[in-house]
Amino acid sequence: MRAPDLSGTRYTVVRYLARGGMGSVWLAEDTLLNRRIALKVIDLVASTEDLANRLLQEARVLANLEHPGIVPVHDAGTLVDGRTFYCMKYVEGQTLAGHIIDMSLPDKLRLMERIAEPLDFAHSRRFIHRDLKPENIMIGAFGEVLVMDWGLAKIGAADLNQAQVASPSVDGASGHTGQGSVLGTPGYMSPEQARGDSAVDHRTDIFSLGAILSFMLTAGPHAASAAVPRPLRAICDQAMAADPNARYQSAGEMAADLSRYLSGAPVTAYAEDVFERAARIYSRHRTAVVLVGAYLLMRVLFILLARH
Amino acid sequence: MNKILLGVLLGAVLGAFDGMTAWFTPEVRTQLAGIVIGSTVKGIIAGVLIGVFARKVHSLALGIVFGLAVGLFLAFIIAHLQHGYYFQIMLPGGMVGLIVGYATQRYGRGSQLQRT
Repeated sequence: MRAPDLSGTRYTVVRYLARGGMGSVWLAEDTLLNRRIALKVIDLVASTEDLANRLLQEARVLANLEHPGIVPVHDAGTLVDGRTFYCMKYVEGQTLAGHIIDMSLPDKLRLMERIAEPLDFAHSRRFIHRDLKPENIMIGAFGEVLVMDWGLAKIGAADLNQAQVASPSVDGASGHTGQGSVLGTPGYMSPEQARGDSAVDHRTDIFSLGAILSFMLTAGPHAASAAVPRPLRAICDQAMAADPNARYQSAGEMAADLSRYLSGAPVTAYAEDVFERAARIYSRHRTAVVLVGAYLLMRVLFILLARH
Repeated sequence: MNKILLGVLLGAVLGAFDGMTAWFTPEVRTQLAGIVIGSTVKGIIAGVLIGVFARKVHSLALGIVFGLAVGLFLAFIIAHLQHGYYFQIMLPGGMVGLIVGYATQRYGRGSQLQRT
């Protein structure tokens, strides 16, 4: 991969980092501030006005979404060869898929709650991500959760990427983001987004959150040995309902249900029967139940002893 | 619920229940009312002490130990005054204290001042 020519800027290339849908991401050094940044630049060969606008729109989306869970943009501009670039915080960490391998179920759920936070924030600002998947979620060195790659983002009814690239559509085999009339990643893309509906709203991201939760629950050695609890399965199912009206209506609602599950409270997505309810209450108040049970048992024994 | 209030309510309920079980011991059945009142008062006193402790010390283990100690101590006084029944009075008393100690730490809410 040929490094971009950063002459005329205050940045120098350190090394190649990754490849995105629109171009490549490089680790660069900001020579003015003496810090490392991630620099995203469109490919030279594919450098068209449409792509340049799209990258700039991505930078603008990020710039408008100031949240601890969304990677901040530092700078944007044009290189000497005419290619558009933008610089963002360099996140040292792992993608979600790599991070959750040895995590316990409660830790995974707490992580999921934190993934929902920046999404809920973005939705409150009318931004829709449209390409949520484990590869686009980074866990930083300090445990911070960051939602990345807002290249397909859309604001309200207006598509930020109206100028779509007339190149490949969805690549099902690779699982990569397609760049055509249908944008997104198979397996994490809502049915309405896969159909190319123009009226896609923030609930398409709720579907993706459900798919990510499902992935998290079935990934890793801990998950392989244990069945997914029914309430969590129900949370996934509700988030991934084919009808957007049947889904959670916000990422916050979904996070609240996860929080309820974690605290031992009933979740809205699942109607438990009386036995499940008793088991949940026992599980939540196990020590108290055991203590009171022991006390009552002792009392019964005392009564029996007194009678004999 | 406020830790002290929770301690008092739980202490009173468990104390009253504890006293009422004396009905199953025929030789003390005639003194049942006095036993229930005394046991309830003992439970309330234990609840206040344990609730105040829970408010000051945020530790489940210490809360349980303190509850057990208070329950045993108050029960010991009662048993000592009655010149007997140490085991029958101190074991339930200790358990009631232990339950109140656990409950105040686990379910009680601190004061507004502490939570800010």
